[in-house]
Amino acid sequence: MAQATITRTTDARGTGPVRRSRGRRHRGEDLTKILFVLPAAVAMVALFGYPVVKNLLMSLQDYGLRTFFTGAAPWVGLKNYSTVVTDNLFSDAMVNTALFTIGSIAFQFVIGLALALFFHRRFPLSGVLRSLLLLPWLLPLIVSSATWRSILEQDSGILNRTLSWLHLINEPVPWLNSPSVALIAVIGVNIWIGIPFNVTLLYSGLAEIPDELYEAGQLDGATGWRAFWFITWPNLRAVASVLLMLGVVYTIKVLDIILGLTGGGPANATQTLATQSYERSFIDFKFGEGAALSNILIAISFLFAIFYLRSTRRAIDE
Amino acid sequence: MISKRIAAVLAGATTVSLVLAACGSNGEDSSPASSGDSVKSLTILDYYNNDPDKSLVQKGLDSCASQLGITIQRETVPGDTLIQKVLQQASSKTLPDVLMLDNPDVQQIAATGALAPLNDMGLSGDGVIQGMVDATSYQGKLYGLAPVTNTIALFYNTQMLQEAGVQPPKTWDELKAAAKKLTKPGRYGIAFNANATYEGSWQFLPAMWTNGGDETDLNTPQVSEALQLWVDLVQSGSASKSVINWTQGDAKDQFVAGKAAMMVNGPWQIPALEKTPNVKWEVVTFPLNKPDQTPVAPLGGEAWTVPLNKDQAKQQKAADFVKCLNSDENELAWAKARFTIPTKTALLDQYVKEVPSMKAFTEQVKTARSRTGKLGEKWPEAAKVIYQAIQLALTGKASAQDAFKQASGG
Repeated sequence: MAQATITRTTDARGTGPVRRSRGRRHRGEDLTKILFVLPAAVAMVALFGYPVVKNLLMSLQDYGLRTFFTGAAPWVGLKNYSTVVTDNLFSDAMVNTALFTIGSIAFQFVIGLALALFFHRRFPLSGVLRSLLLLPWLLPLIVSSATWRSILEQDSGILNRTLSWLHLINEPVPWLNSPSVALIAVIGVNIWIGIPFNVTLLYSGLAEIPDELYEAGQLDGATGWRAFWFITWPNLRAVASVLLMLGVVYTIKVLDIILGLTGGGPANATQTLATQSYERSFIDFKFGEGAALSNILIAISFLFAIFYLRSTRRAIDE
Repeated sequence: MISKRIAAVLAGATTVSLVLAACGSNGEDSSPASSGDSVKSLTILDYYNNDPDKSLVQKGLDSCASQLGITIQRETVPGDTLIQKVLQQASSKTLPDVLMLDNPDVQQIAATGALAPLNDMGLSGDGVIQGMVDATSYQGKLYGLAPVTNTIALFYNTQMLQEAGVQPPKTWDELKAAAKKLTKPGRYGIAFNANATYEGSWQFLPAMWTNGGDETDLNTPQVSEALQLWVDLVQSGSASKSVINWTQGDAKDQFVAGKAAMMVNGPWQIPALEKTPNVKWEVVTFPLNKPDQTPVAPLGGEAWTVPLNKDQAKQQKAADFVKCLNSDENELAWAKARFTIPTKTALLDQYVKEVPSMKAFTEQVKTARSRTGKLGEKWPEAAKVIYQAIQLALTGKASAQDAFKQASGG
């Protein structure tokens, strides 16, 4: 229906008259411009503006189970924010979110870059291997987290079995059962999931770098490590910064993997802002508090977005 | 010329508003006012979305529909999405005529004013187990009726106990000793669920309530003694450290795979257990801390409610439908087919006679309590403290004595 709108209005406009006095024509052109923008604007307001504004309003209201039935959501000001920030778990969740995000992205990026460089030199079966590498990305997250849950099982999980068979460990590692190990295990699984995305983008970034640069560099004695540092890295910087920026925004809000693996446990060791927000909204049915937490999350992502936009603008100015 | 352009603008504007109008009116098809016998059909929402339960429940619904001379339109959703579905329907005013709710949720939903009190429509909880009436009543009024209920007890593998020369435990000491004796490489004595969800709290209740613990005050020796039982079982190695992540389904899988000799679980697992006939099992009531205690287990099962309806005739018909579902005949039919227990006390003896394998569960139900009986809509907060305390104690972050204080933020 929306498409029909667009085509109909543009058709009508296309056959519209052009002969008119100057002022009128201008007004007409303005109207035309507005009409062009209108569908996109409506879509933006409905799909982006409304949820964001609604979420902001919700975070300032006592929005609970009752609200759905009576429609009443009393205004409580910043009470939801003070409740979630002063909660015992808030600082833990903040630290976990930071560790989870930084840990995931650092390893995803470094491993992804290493693999991209490795696959950049063509060798037999490299195409097949590279596409196999995409597998983690193709699996639904619920499937991968369920699979990893059984792999990481303390008693009968295949990881502990293999490690003890190789005599690398004497006691089974409590991957998901110990508050001190669980976060590491969850980060590990998230790294595994994120590698394909990093490899794919970095690989295409590498493919963009013209071979002549390396040939010219070779003449000046830039080979191996020096070639990477003076040719590859500067040319890859744009891709890398997009990748890191997207990585932060994607990772900071990860929910399904954590819920599937540990549900935020054991003893809240893997609670992040995202799992806390989910829990408050959909388990406690305190939607106002959940909205407050997710706004904090959005604000943090927004900071990174600004940071990224400024850095790209500087790059263009240069 | 100008008119053409205006026409274009109008065309654009009307299409947009049409789209919006279409969105707004979607699903708001208000049924025409009807009265008396003119009610021809009822809509039903429940969470029995998997067979065999789905079709067994359908049978009961169909027979009541034909008794009342109506047709039904039933919708089933996965269990964990039911409340979200209800909220969504509530805000768009499209709640079904008959709504199934898990019994601990009834008071919470009734408190929002969404449900019709059943007393006014000729229904009562007379003859129903008190615990269930408590769960489905709010501020003295009855809002739902559950035809069948369930609870949890102790399953044991008869073969393994026989080989180890162990009798089914009756006390906590016997339970710990038996679990220890039954543990050997590749096998744990007992499996249970202590995960950080309401399910983990539910599994803890037989121990907590039997020992005299109470959710209105969790900082008592009775409650921490019960937690100490869980801690002892895990720390002695008689239960896997993974219990803090296991669901009740996981506990059943361990039991079926022969990796656990006993498990705390409910009768809804029986159909799955029957699929592996080589695993022979029996059920006993959950052990007591001291021999003079009476077992108190939590009541499970779902209640059928009637959301408020502007159409009085339809609301009355829905109430009649719920009444039919709670007839003696249907209670027994559902109980037998689905390994659940009738909620009318008068039916219990007859039921055990016909289904002897449900004896232990039926015993438990007679003295069982509902989770929301004392705290009502405040229960979820207490349940949260319980499962967090279990997690703290089992991971060694707090002692069983301090765990509840720590979990409640003290």
